[in-house]
Amino acid sequence: MTRDDGKLQRTRRRFLAETAALAGAAGIALPLAVEQTSATPESMRAAIKNIVGEAPLNKGKVKLDVPALIENGNAVPLTVSCESPMTQDDHVKAIHVFTEKNPQPNVIGARLGPRAGRASFSTRIRLADTQKIVAVAQMSDGSFWTDEVEVVVTLAACLEGS
Amino acid sequence: MARALINAPAKAKRGEVIEIKTLISHIMETGFRPDSTGKPVPRDIITEFICKYNGEEIFRAELFPAIAANPFLTFFTVADETGTLNFEWIGDNGFTATESVNITVE
Repeated sequence: MTRDDGKLQRTRRRFLAETAALAGAAGIALPLAVEQTSATPESMRAAIKNIVGEAPLNKGKVKLDVPALIENGNAVPLTVSCESPMTQDDHVKAIHVFTEKNPQPNVIGARLGPRAGRASFSTRIRLADTQKIVAVAQMSDGSFWTDEVEVVVTLAACLEGS
Repeated sequence: MARALINAPAKAKRGEVIEIKTLISHIMETGFRPDSTGKPVPRDIITEFICKYNGEEIFRAELFPAIAANPFLTFFTVADETGTLNFEWIGDNGFTATESVNITVE
């Protein structure tokens, strides 16, 4: 091995290290670029505040049922149920669902009444990323109750062309 | 007219809580996906769903792009009188669809 080869070896090593560092930096920059078109925990909080206002948000009563591990983010079964006698005086008025990292924080807003009999509904949603899902229920007495679930999504709902 | 499927019991006992399942065919284009030229495909979703029982609203939902294609909704109501359940979907680009089923309460 000549001295020149040694130099080449070194520069190649440095080149590889630099590329790796660059790729690392790009890897950090890329999600940030995507983040701009998506909801953030802050925008989710803003969306929730839009519904709740200044009222306190209590934990409990609501149950958000979503699989913890999701293979396909394009259609995720979701059930929200709420403990309530559903009478004229004491019923659930509305249930809202929010996400942290979808392009928009809002998912669905359902309005119920005493005629519902049971404060529960199911649907199928899209999830763009591994994230937190939050359900907020509004009672007829004006109180708000919440539940949140962390889910892992392996195949995200398509944001790019498919 | 979009194809809609409703699954609700034809007969129920008075006061019974019944489950209603609805499914409608719709692409629910989010408006966030780029087409082959890189421009976003315009949003085309169902924005509102309303269910009425003998003319009285029992369930309403505001839908967002995060709802999966072919929106599926399940909810409950108390069967208190014989009558009709009316379903209505309203969406972008003037989309509307209606469906109804009869229920007999004994």
